Amino acid sequence: MKFSDQFESRFSEMLTHYPTKRSVLVPTLLYAQDEVGYLNHDVIHEIAQRLDLTDLEVSNVISYYSMLTTKPRGKFNVQVCTNIACMLRGGEQILDHCEKKLGIGHKGTTPDGMFSLEEVECIGACSWAPAVQVNYDFHENLTVEKMDKVLDGYKQN
Amino acid sequence: MASLVSHPDEVKVVSKRFGKGATDIDRYLELDGYKAVQKALGMQPDVIFNLVKDSGLRGRGGAGFNAGMKWSFVPKQSAKPKYILCNGDESEPGTCKDRLIFEHDPHAVIEGVVIAGIATGSHTGYIYIRGEYRYLLEIMQRAIKDAYARGFLGKNIFGSGYDFEVYWHGGAGAYEVGEESALMESLEGKRGIPRIRPPFPAVVGLWGGPTVINNAETLASVPHILLGGAEWFAKLGPPKNGGTRLFCLSGHLNRPGVYELPMGYNLKKMIYEVGGGIPDGRALKAVVPGGSSCPILTAAEVDVSMDFDSMMKAGSMLGSGGVVVVDDTTCMVKFALRIMKFYQHESCGWCIPCREGTDWLKKTLTRFHAGGGVQKDIDNIRYLAENMLGRTFCPLGDAAAMPTISIVKKFRKEFEDHLEGRPCPFEKAGVVEPVLA
Repeated sequence: MKFSDQFESRFSEMLTHYPTKRSVLVPTLLYAQDEVGYLNHDVIHEIAQRLDLTDLEVSNVISYYSMLTTKPRGKFNVQVCTNIACMLRGGEQILDHCEKKLGIGHKGTTPDGMFSLEEVECIGACSWAPAVQVNYDFHENLTVEKMDKVLDGYKQN
Repeated sequence: MASLVSHPDEVKVVSKRFGKGATDIDRYLELDGYKAVQKALGMQPDVIFNLVKDSGLRGRGGAGFNAGMKWSFVPKQSAKPKYILCNGDESEPGTCKDRLIFEHDPHAVIEGVVIAGIATGSHTGYIYIRGEYRYLLEIMQRAIKDAYARGFLGKNIFGSGYDFEVYWHGGAGAYEVGEESALMESLEGKRGIPRIRPPFPAVVGLWGGPTVINNAETLASVPHILLGGAEWFAKLGPPKNGGTRLFCLSGHLNRPGVYELPMGYNLKKMIYEVGGGIPDGRALKAVVPGGSSCPILTAAEVDVSMDFDSMMKAGSMLGSGGVVVVDDTTCMVKFALRIMKFYQHESCGWCIPCREGTDWLKKTLTRFHAGGGVQKDIDNIRYLAENMLGRTFCPLGDAAAMPTISIVKKFRKEFEDHLEGRPCPFEKAGVVEPVLA
């Protein structure tokens, strides 16, 4: 299993931050997922080995955190918030629009592997609702028209 | 990234460096940065926690516990290392204030962590930031690195002989992890399942050592108290409710945004003057005063002062500062359902009243809103929620129950309007156009 140099240097540094190895697990899983795309068996096994855990212990942690996934996602994961603050300002319409435009539903991926869609819980953008996160980028104060532009922008990448 | 707003009534304490480039350490130093921690290094620990206690600074995460008091619970002598843990797992629906603190003033959080460390005799601090806030984690990583490079962190900070290490830590998506004991579990690399208390974290916390857990806004307030004094801070708000708060105004408002207002600011004024009132001449129906877990207030109940004690008296909570304003085109059954859908998703499943309660409530509310409700459902919803109250390991169960009970109690007629297979009366009017187009 090969990760980037940046991953490796961050990983070794993090191990010095805590009295137990296991403490690096949650952020490490997310950084690994960013590189590989999802947490497949090889990644789980590799991280488990490094931290003296069983594969099962690692999987057990993965299943708890909503950002972690064991299934491949599209290159751009479109996360639409529909929690109360976003709902009141049209978050559900944004979600409907994304579903129609991308032709996929919650946790679906487009056939070309470009986009995944997810209805997510509060992402901390309540005062700038409705909001969407694409991978880690926030897009706020959205309208259906603005959402179109956001998606088109990623498509060109 | 997130845009800033302002209003003449604001009293900028925590937000005073917002938009001023204070993520840069030199700029932060120009803006009185790292003066408070140097002052603290010359003070006795009990003088520091008494100062914070007297300032009336109460937990900004939502519980509202006096911060200095919390620090004073940490035993002076401990065989195990003591820790300071900054809770930046902001995820209470309606709340987006810690995001601005990390984005604009990360060094203030670091400084608060170090001061809490000096006050409790700890030498290690962790700053936990939710996984979705990746750009903020990067800002914090740089801030920590810069502080180490200057000798403000690490061995012998500021040449004082005191050692203090600060580390960053990122989450991976879990509301429950914002609960203090689940936060520790997550930092230790586990599922965020709450721990039973006692023992409290101040005695047995991270890796068994005494641990102080404070919200990011609480810690960011601390340097200002050290420099401005307890009396100044206390007088910003009503008795026992010192300082200001970052109120996150959202929902049906003309000028939503995060505003720093004195504790005790009137909620009605907050909605109509600071937030610019309800768009398109519509009327106010309800307000969630402090994040989705607070009992909801009706339009008739908003003439109230926004401090911990007054909100308690009004039958709700000041919570995390997330003020969500709801207008008269909104279906309260749907609103209750959306809140429950959230708690059902976030329940860690560890204890039965919460796991089963949120699930049954979500199912019942879903059926009810779709027109499949029967009369006895209304009382059943309330009964289920009331049976969760106080019967769970952590406050998530209460957080799910409280808004539900208040919505059924205060908007019962809207539930009745959904009975006998009738379609949701708000469905047409409920199509809300985003007002910021």
